[in-house]
Amino acid sequence: MATRQTASIARLMRLPAIVVLFIWMIVPLAMTVYFSFRYYNLLNPAAGGWAGFENYQYFLTDPAFWQAIRNTLAIVLGVLAISVVGGIGVALLIDQPIFGQGLVRILVISPFFVMPPVAALVWKNMILHPGYGVAADIAKFFGLQPVDWFASYPLFSIILIVAWQWLPFAALILLTSLQSLDGEQKEAAEMDGASAFSRFRYLTLPHMSRAITIVILIETIFLLGVYAEILVTTNGGPGYASTNLPFLIYRAALLNQDVGGAAAGGVVAVIIANIVAIFLMRAVGKNLD
Amino acid sequence: MARAVKTSTRVSYTIAAWVVALLIFFPILYTIITSLKTEGEAIAGFNLIPSFSLESYREVQNQQNYIKPFTNSVVLAVGSTVLGLLIGIPAAWAMAFSPTKRTKDVLMWMLSTKMMPAAAVLVPIYLIFLRLGIMDSRIGMTVLLMLINLPIIVWMLYTYFREIPGEILEAARMDGANLWGEIWHVLTPMAVPGIASTLLLNIILAWNESFWTIRLTTTNAAPLTAFIASFSSPQGLFWAKLSAASVMAIAPILIMGWFSQKQLVRGLTFGAVK
Amino acid sequence: MRLTPILMGAASALAFTVSANAAAITIATVNNGDMIRMQGLTSEFNAAHPDIEVNWVTLEENILRERVTTDIATGGGQYDILTIGNYEVPIWGKQGWLLPLEFSADYDVDDMLPAIRGGLTVDDKLYGAPFYGESAFLMYRTDLLEKAGLTMPDDPTWEFVGDAARKMTDRSAGINGICLRGKAGWGENMALVASMANSFGASWFDETWTPQFDQPEWKETLQFYADLMKDAGPQGASSNGFNENLTLFQQGKCGMWIDATSAGSFVSDPKQSTVADKVAFAIYPHKDGVDNHGNWLWSWNLAIPTSSKNADAAKTFIEWATDKAYTEMVAGKEGWVNVPPGTRTSLYENQNYLDAAPFAAKAKEAMDAADITKPSVKPVPYTGGQFVAIPEFQSIGTTVGQLVAAVIAGQSSVDDALAQAQSTTEREMRRAGYGR
Repeated sequence: MATRQTASIARLMRLPAIVVLFIWMIVPLAMTVYFSFRYYNLLNPAAGGWAGFENYQYFLTDPAFWQAIRNTLAIVLGVLAISVVGGIGVALLIDQPIFGQGLVRILVISPFFVMPPVAALVWKNMILHPGYGVAADIAKFFGLQPVDWFASYPLFSIILIVAWQWLPFAALILLTSLQSLDGEQKEAAEMDGASAFSRFRYLTLPHMSRAITIVILIETIFLLGVYAEILVTTNGGPGYASTNLPFLIYRAALLNQDVGGAAAGGVVAVIIANIVAIFLMRAVGKNLD
Repeated sequence: MARAVKTSTRVSYTIAAWVVALLIFFPILYTIITSLKTEGEAIAGFNLIPSFSLESYREVQNQQNYIKPFTNSVVLAVGSTVLGLLIGIPAAWAMAFSPTKRTKDVLMWMLSTKMMPAAAVLVPIYLIFLRLGIMDSRIGMTVLLMLINLPIIVWMLYTYFREIPGEILEAARMDGANLWGEIWHVLTPMAVPGIASTLLLNIILAWNESFWTIRLTTTNAAPLTAFIASFSSPQGLFWAKLSAASVMAIAPILIMGWFSQKQLVRGLTFGAVK
Repeated sequence: MRLTPILMGAASALAFTVSANAAAITIATVNNGDMIRMQGLTSEFNAAHPDIEVNWVTLEENILRERVTTDIATGGGQYDILTIGNYEVPIWGKQGWLLPLEFSADYDVDDMLPAIRGGLTVDDKLYGAPFYGESAFLMYRTDLLEKAGLTMPDDPTWEFVGDAARKMTDRSAGINGICLRGKAGWGENMALVASMANSFGASWFDETWTPQFDQPEWKETLQFYADLMKDAGPQGASSNGFNENLTLFQQGKCGMWIDATSAGSFVSDPKQSTVADKVAFAIYPHKDGVDNHGNWLWSWNLAIPTSSKNADAAKTFIEWATDKAYTEMVAGKEGWVNVPPGTRTSLYENQNYLDAAPFAAKAKEAMDAADITKPSVKPVPYTGGQFVAIPEFQSIGTTVGQLVAAVIAGQSSVDDALAQAQSTTEREMRRAGYGR
């Protein structure tokens, strides 16, 4: 119904956001692509010049590369699975008529407010530490040998920490969606004698599908970039057991100070992220309309 | 809810919900408790009752003045969010009410700007900041954080605005309201919950951003993420001190989150209510 | 309590215009006890130099190293004084990133321990002033060793250490025979493993820069380390660094511990350590027949980047923080045992210090025994000790450290780890252009 006038005003309103984001995207991207074809190591300023595809070749043949891809996907999928399934469970539970609902909601959402390095430090030192962590105390209480989580199950431990941060977010969005579910519909289904499970399966779940899509989309964007939790806890190890793609790039950039190699890694990561995004949009995009 | 619920059901749901909630909250709770212990107590095994010693807080404050990073965190989080809203609201508004064929693509493109791993562009950004003379400045960090979160701001607002029925707009137009009047008097009140939760969510995201805020600051603009980075692996016994520093870093945002939780949730629908 | 940031900014801007000498300096430092103490003494510095305003940036070691490297390599000029190790000083000095330091005669440069000074000197110019220095030694529990029916020889071999560790171990009583670093990192587990390898006769590279992990000495080193950790090490050894082991030792959970000499003051301080009266020290072990005690030598140093805009003020601070008067001031305030050790000969001739610090003699002996110009008994093209003084070592050391940690965590075999270490090091050295 837009008139020409409103259309041009609309263009004007869109413009600032598009322009600043375009600059924000293109300038670093152009520099990154440029650096990715050059020898550029901060620790070795003498070596410069064109590298051709050597940075790419070096990054792609890194002994940790394929494991990093696998770990990246494992972290994304693992955290998504825990936070969506757990989020649905928590949302359903909080949606029930319970005493102290407000307080429960506050407690549940809290981990989302915690900055990633603090979350990682807390889990590493307070909870999972094999000597002084709560998990070790529990193991000792049952007369078991405490588990050294970050050495024995590094990837699982990281997924656990990240999922802990994102589950509240999922639960919150899903709860909002649940609360918009028409009460009458629910009652009607109940009267028809539908079991609790089939009510959930055929009424609640379809209603939440859009919210679930949103959760998956937003979390994926953030989960593809997880690195702080790894840096604080396992440093990508033991071996490469918990190295993901962002961490591999982090290592190239900030440990090796290899700007060229890190740039090549960044370009590779952007390409992979876009493939994931296209795949994701194909899979769940129709839920968004 | 109109239905009567049996008290026994309600009690069992309540118990289940509280168990889950406390489990999820436990790591934070235990950190708060540990921060009130002495270092000796902190490693003496599981214990939920601290001696309420404030020694660790005192030591942390002696070592690193808290006020400055705290102020910086507030300035950066609030500043970048307000700036983001100033740019994001018009854009989302236009996209929601005057969509073009490419609106969806533009949105996806905006989100895709978040996919470049930060470490890969550190040196480019570092060089730009040096060239512009905004290294370790609040202005530089505010703009940077705004740019990082702008895609999320636009997207959230867009999905929220889209839920506002277009008929209201037309009705207002028939009453002779011009575009700005339309926006100001009719739609803004309806948009407030969405804007409020976008604001809150982005304050949280900006507060917790911990790559750039550590790498592009030294003293003037360093926020609480840099504050905590100086406690992450100290010498000697450090559990209680680390807990105290952690609590100091997250307490402001946690408390803000608790108090504004209702507003946060109300608009956090991402159009999910459809 | 400081003034508000705005006031501070205004004050320093004002100070600039009023006096030409006035300056604000920014010091980047790590969060170690001695550095934090230095930070706490800033007011003393300001009492003597009211015209220099000091800003501190304290960061965790690895993040500090990243930050400082990025800044110095891009000429950022964010810092006026850097706290860096004797690993970086010669490399950065050679790059022209640091200002050479020349001190007045009172400073008495010749009092510096020769080993430390040598590590900070490039082409006869000093590029860093040592704040504290350390080597490594063996700390052990006299009571447990006695219980095991053994006595510590003057010059222990690894065979003896292995035997003693296994005999002291009593896991039901929570006592591990030996605690060693296991947490991956070039400055973490590799500091231990690399010095251990030195003392087993291994080296990182031969004279043509070919990695040497396929040599029998490395296999022997790693096998010994892995077996020892399995038989006599603490639970979760692969995530233990200096700090974790310190805590374990202080709580009486380790029979022996081989680590930096700076640990000496922590384990013999009765306020922190439950075993303070039962600790003794011995020189770093070696393999029978190999004349090498690991050559572990580390110092934290203050240096001025060439990008500093207040180099004179920075030098004034460095001179204050690293000369003898600072040591005496700390001794006066905190006791002799707490002075930053390992930088000056005069400290080890000071009877007050020797009386207060039971570990001092052994620490000095360890430092004197460390020769970073000759890390290995084999001929090598590099200097260093527990590290190799080339820029690529950070990355190589960390990667190898990860592979070693995987062995200790039981997720990889010694042979696999060494084979991977060999191929990944070859790859990185090729990339860096060695032998190109």
